[in-house]
Amino acid sequence: MTETPRVRTLILDVDGWPGHRAGQHVDVRLTAEDGYQAERSYSLASAPEDPPALTVERLDDGEVSPYLVDEVVPGDRFELRGPVGGYFVWDADALPEPLLLVAGGSGVVPLMAMLRHRAAAGSTVPAKLLYSSRTYEEVIYREELERLDGRGDGLEIVHTLTRAQPLGWTGHAGRVDVDLLREVSFPARRNPRVFVCGPTSFVEAVAEGLVSLGHRPGRIRTERFGGT
Amino acid sequence: MTHLDGNAIAGVLEQLFGRDLTLASSRCTGCGAMREVADIHVYRSAGIVARCPDCDTVLFRIVEARDRMWLDFRGFSSLQVRS
Repeated sequence: MTETPRVRTLILDVDGWPGHRAGQHVDVRLTAEDGYQAERSYSLASAPEDPPALTVERLDDGEVSPYLVDEVVPGDRFELRGPVGGYFVWDADALPEPLLLVAGGSGVVPLMAMLRHRAAAGSTVPAKLLYSSRTYEEVIYREELERLDGRGDGLEIVHTLTRAQPLGWTGHAGRVDVDLLREVSFPARRNPRVFVCGPTSFVEAVAEGLVSLGHRPGRIRTERFGGT
Repeated sequence: MTHLDGNAIAGVLEQLFGRDLTLASSRCTGCGAMREVADIHVYRSAGIVARCPDCDTVLFRIVEARDRMWLDFRGFSSLQVRS
């Protein structure tokens, strides 16, 4: 399924899939005919209630993502390890604490798994997604996020576009900074669980901003995926 | 090179240790800081190099070849996992 010109979702059919938790990832390993191997990690995009799905962004100099985004066809097989990771996960039956999700670009993928899980489990814990994209066209899951936002179950979604904004854009413009975090995030006294995922520089700026607003570092879970 | 974090090598560590290590607490030999493994800085190229976010000490190195792995965990003075 094509999400944006650079981003595609693959639904996987895995023999003996043990089930996963929202926020986990898998390692994909490709082996060339000469034995050369390349391995990369990709977040699971689907709720634990659904079959495993990966949403992959093509990096032009990548070794694995161009294959997954442009070449793989239904029926192709590749090697997986996972699901892995117990740190960057959220379970809907955890304590009913407010949930704050902050995404930069394709960092939205594991957070989408959490929102899909929240909806599938019928959770009404207060939740916010602050999602930074470069342009409107690069917003992954745009229509599904609109539907989730419209369910009236305690979820609020705030977009910011950093590079260009379409005519009539009513969301935010520019990078996520302390002022935007203060405006849209839960106040620190509500002690939300926080998950931040995106490029390394984005994650570190957001985490520092949240700490400066009084959020305890131990409540902020981060996942960095390197350069933009 | 931009760093990742310990989440990115959860799969390799689980393969080595037989369990998820991202929530384990590690202590750095350089500065004594305790950090969850998910939170340490990780650099990937031909191999994996993990560094302390506080003092940049090399915590461990992992090199994978086709049929073996080399491990050097000299920068951890302790690793605490839930039993």
